[in-house]
Amino acid sequence: MKSILSKDERMFAMASAIILGIFALISFAPFMLIAISSISSTKSLVTKGYSFFPSSLSLDSYLYMLAQGKIILRSYGVSFFVTTVGTITSLIITPMLAYPLSRKDFKLRGLFTFLVFFSLLFNGGVVPSYIMWARLFSLKNTIWALIIPTYLMYGFNVLLVKNYFERNVPKDLIEAAQIDGANEWTIFSKVMIPLSTPVIATVGMFTGLAYWNDWINGLYYISDPALYGVQQLLIRILNNIAFLRSSAAASIVGNIVISLPGDSIRMALAIIGILPILIVFPLLQKYFIRGIVIGAVKG
Amino acid sequence: MNPKRSFLQSVKYSLPLLVLALPGMIYLIINNYFPMLGIIIAFKKLNYAKGILGSPWVGLSNFKFLFSTPDAWVMTRNTLLYNLAFIVIGTIFAIGLAILMNEITSFFYAKYFQGMYLLPNLISMVVVSYLVFAFLNADTGLLPKSVFPALKVQDINFYTSPGYWPLILLIVFLWKNTGYASIIYLSSIAGIDRTIYEAARIDGAGKWQQIRYITLPLLKPTIIILFLFSIGRMMYSDFGLFYQVTMNSGALYSTTQTIDTYVFRGLMQLNNISMASAAGVYQSFIGFILVLGANFLVKKINPENALF
Repeated sequence: MKSILSKDERMFAMASAIILGIFALISFAPFMLIAISSISSTKSLVTKGYSFFPSSLSLDSYLYMLAQGKIILRSYGVSFFVTTVGTITSLIITPMLAYPLSRKDFKLRGLFTFLVFFSLLFNGGVVPSYIMWARLFSLKNTIWALIIPTYLMYGFNVLLVKNYFERNVPKDLIEAAQIDGANEWTIFSKVMIPLSTPVIATVGMFTGLAYWNDWINGLYYISDPALYGVQQLLIRILNNIAFLRSSAAASIVGNIVISLPGDSIRMALAIIGILPILIVFPLLQKYFIRGIVIGAVKG
Repeated sequence: MNPKRSFLQSVKYSLPLLVLALPGMIYLIINNYFPMLGIIIAFKKLNYAKGILGSPWVGLSNFKFLFSTPDAWVMTRNTLLYNLAFIVIGTIFAIGLAILMNEITSFFYAKYFQGMYLLPNLISMVVVSYLVFAFLNADTGLLPKSVFPALKVQDINFYTSPGYWPLILLIVFLWKNTGYASIIYLSSIAGIDRTIYEAARIDGAGKWQQIRYITLPLLKPTIIILFLFSIGRMMYSDFGLFYQVTMNSGALYSTTQTIDTYVFRGLMQLNNISMASAAGVYQSFIGFILVLGANFLVKKINPENALF
């Protein structure tokens, strides 16, 4: 039933819109600051620092990155590899575990579900995990150190997919498939997965985001710069800009000699680091919001 | 029916399902359960040459030593107080944002606004540390270079002044998490029966009264439950926020050291594994007790929302 808005309500709606606009601005302003800083000239940065209103602009930082792009490109490659392999593996083993747990007639369902659930409540802490991956499995300075520890499967996601299977795939469908002689793998891959794309997309998105944004595994296990992902490169450069300077202090782009534009290139790198997220997120916003809501209602 | 045969049948029946579950379960056992055995490290004087099992037992002396240092008090205080501030102020902001968002859901730009509020939540703490650096660093930061001179405020070197960081970290937390946290409240508000508001309007209730007497009371169960679950996480902190955003600055430890940063520094930088593992076990156990306590209370209030 729609009724005419009272004056009070019109005022409230207007005030809401204004306040929300300001919030949106606050959310976005820091990104603007680094974007503008990344194209500020060195001269402007020396006199005014990072500013929304630089005195002059320059693309030196991006040109320099193109010229000295090897380190950056390599870290991008590492991050893409880790994100892709980690997310795909996770999207295979997470539903594979969730499916038996969703089957009431699976003998070990109770024990396994408890183990998955308890892993969310209690842990052995960072120290034993570190010693196990670094010493027992010798993962230090291998690409697997960025993929395997912590992120490969998260108990919460298993329960999320399990609940989705239980609520959204009719039992009759599974029974019908069994009567037709389908084995468990066929039921899983031909019935469960196709009927669960929304939850798979949600889990995939959160997992992909976790891998792309992860720097803690790198902090613990990687000291070899050849295995730096984007985030770890960013840490290294925030602390020591000279790391980018692989050979000479100056770089030649065409005929122009560009010396390392330290202050602007930092911010250009931050922009490069979030670019993939900015590109992908608008497509996935729906799944993101749905994921938060179903996750909050019941784990 | 012969029970033995039915057991064998059920094993045969469950076997394909077990095979499907196996990769995930093996990973879970290795990644989550095997390290739990490592809790014994906290009760030993670790010597890599002898191995964990061969190292001598020292009882509770690692814990005694940990709690005799001022670090134990500082990191516990910081962890709990930051969490408390984040929970209380974060909840107020999240609900406020959700109530306002609910007013404009019909507007075409609502989706874009929501996207902007979520954006800070999608970036890593490393990028957040860049944003904070752009605002605060003494040489080129926006505040020291542009804002303070204009306001004639004295120069502040933020990265060596611990007193400012509780506020800075609170702002960063709110900036990063409010949009995300508001989604849950927004979906709760959207679930409230519209006819209640219609009835209130007919009785002449204004917007404020509707919020005060309808929206907030109906959100109360959600608020309490999310609050209790946050209590269960009180011993844990966002490592990136306290380590990376502060740029691991030693001058700031008095207000930025949390249990997580202490464990990391003990393990990776100071090579003090005994203290690190004692602090880790302290965190895990108190944290576990808090989760159980929180769940107990949730169960009392609303059994449907209890975790177990």
